[in-house]
Amino acid sequence: MAQTTYIQAINQALGEEMERDPLTFVMGEDVVLSAFGATKGLVDKFGLRRVRNTPIAEAGFVGAAVGAAMAGTRPICEVEFASFFYCAMDQVCNQAAKLRYMSGGQARMPITFRCVYGAMGGAAAQHSETVYAQFLSVPGIKLVVPSGPADMKGLLKSAIRDDNPVIVFEHGALGGLREEIPAGDYLVPLGQAAIKRAGEHVTVVAIGAMVSRTLRVADRLAKEEISVEVIDPRTLVPLDEDAILASVQKTNRAVVVDEGHWRGGAAADIAAIIGEKGFDFLDGPVRRVTTLDVPIPFSPPLEKAALANEAKIEAAIRAAVGR
Amino acid sequence: MDLGKDQMLEMYRAMTRIRLFEARVRDLATANEIPGFVHVSIGEEASATGVCAALRPTDRITSTHRGHGHLIAKGGRLDRMMAEIFGKRTGYCKGKGGSMHIVDFALGILGANGIVGGGLPIATGSALAAVVAQRDEVTACFFGDGASNEGTFHESLNLAAVWKLPVVYVCENNGYGEFTPMRTVTSVTDIAVRAQGYGIPGHVIDGNDVLEVYRCASEAIARARAGEGPTLIECKTYRWEGHVVGEQAFLGKASYRSEQEVAEWKTRCPLIRFEKFAAESGKIGVAELEKIRVETAAELEAAVKFARDSPLPDPAEVTDDVFSG
Ligand SMILES: Cc1ncc(C[n+]2csc(CCOP(=O)(O)OP(=O)(O)O)c2C)c(N)n1
Ligand SMILES: [Mg+2]
Repeated sequence: MAQTTYIQAINQALGEEMERDPLTFVMGEDVVLSAFGATKGLVDKFGLRRVRNTPIAEAGFVGAAVGAAMAGTRPICEVEFASFFYCAMDQVCNQAAKLRYMSGGQARMPITFRCVYGAMGGAAAQHSETVYAQFLSVPGIKLVVPSGPADMKGLLKSAIRDDNPVIVFEHGALGGLREEIPAGDYLVPLGQAAIKRAGEHVTVVAIGAMVSRTLRVADRLAKEEISVEVIDPRTLVPLDEDAILASVQKTNRAVVVDEGHWRGGAAADIAAIIGEKGFDFLDGPVRRVTTLDVPIPFSPPLEKAALANEAKIEAAIRAAVGR
Repeated sequence: MDLGKDQMLEMYRAMTRIRLFEARVRDLATANEIPGFVHVSIGEEASATGVCAALRPTDRITSTHRGHGHLIAKGGRLDRMMAEIFGKRTGYCKGKGGSMHIVDFALGILGANGIVGGGLPIATGSALAAVVAQRDEVTACFFGDGASNEGTFHESLNLAAVWKLPVVYVCENNGYGEFTPMRTVTSVTDIAVRAQGYGIPGHVIDGNDVLEVYRCASEAIARARAGEGPTLIECKTYRWEGHVVGEQAFLGKASYRSEQEVAEWKTRCPLIRFEKFAAESGKIGVAELEKIRVETAAELEAAVKFARDSPLPDPAEVTDDVFSG
């Protein structure tokens, strides 16, 4: 089977779903030319009616996606860098997230938002942030964080078919990551975690770009007979609590690894769930490996110091297993 | 408003500093000596220079992702700017900001900005502060044609108009936002006509003519300082380089503008334009301009050396400056 990159996986998912449903369409800044390649070539197949360059006007076009979804189409809306969501927060959090509930279930909101998040080397504070936690406490939005090409394709396709607002977070440093993707109409359901590596001594819940890093650390520790189970939740909302708790029940130790911040982040949220629902399984505290609570700095040594990294992951796992 | 010879030479110096600095930054970024995204403003030197020449040192500016030129025109030091772009501790922001986020409050530079349209409300607020504190200061706000489609542009103009704030909005219309031609995403050909919607004056000017920019900005600044409110000035210009240094790597064979268009705009170079004017005026000699170019080249060499020789920040500094106090 051919290897597919993370970016190509996005491109395939978009192409297949646009083929499948004529009411899907793509819009966002520069989606016709597509700087990062995710929407490349779509205009040749689907034309400018369904592949639409927007003005630089996030509040406006994100809100237009909300209206278009309520009026019966299925918009796929790109917000370039995840931090630009801040410019459109009302339309995402007050409108898209709430209108189904507030309308007593009348509104359907089949929108997929795509954005690039995470540190990619010197992009500085306004282009490097991991922002999904900002949406975690806004009920009504599904959050998808694919860690590799196959999950990206399968999850993005499911997101597009979902009748709710879903934000798919693409890590900016994973674009070239390659993997085989199963042939055919490959779907990964939202809300199902993946055990990326089975192990006995400690459960590490890793999110997004942290999955491959955690797997590398687990490989190294295996040489010392430290057996690490790596769980990728794949979607933060809905969250596969059962898979995480079952693993912790087996290993009795838990570490959560995320590129978001320590306070109020996805790691804090998952650690709290393990602490509350898995208290009886635990032999020690749930540890978090995250980015420091600072805006992401520009200079490489500062950026490195701020971010979650393999050394920090390894230290947390060693602390958890006491070796 | 008559420009003295010294003032004109200073404008030429500012444009030369911008041109040489940007070309060097482009080359250093291409050689991977600079991390992150780098946007340069070669070809757009006159708008930054003409506006800032009309400001006082105590006046303020806000800038954009393509901000090096504005900062240099407002008096930014090349060495500390270069050090910041290199991520060094001696940079204006101690390495925390980089190319898109250089700030020097002492010079009234409230900052470049990574968020398109992010500077517009900030400039408006800076002007508000002058009114509240009863200080005689004006703020100039630089932004692109693309930014004029953000809600922040429209909200800011209305707010500044109703409160008669001392702010001058300077739109540098280079015809593109990233790779998208302005005409395909903008409802008007001239951004300046949007001023009418907010009841303020709007002017379209040749943004590559530093003297025209200076004259128009001077009037708007005087008006603002007199308490008569904001003005929108649209400088028609063009960026010679890509949107971001290295864009060809991801664009591949795709292109979004013709070589002929770029070549045409290069014939309207703001520096050559000024040199011609100087020659015709009979007041400024070729040797005087040459001297400025030589001095600036030396200043730039020293700035690059300073940046290269400066230490990187200590990783322990990562938690400094999150809060004040
Ligand atoms: C809120 C926001 N949206 C999108 C971007 C991505 N972006 C960076 S520069 C740019 C184009 C800006 O165009 P314009 O305002 O005309 O300035 P120019 O680059 O032409 O100087 C875009 C879309 C951003 N940085 N911030
Ligand atoms: Mg522009």
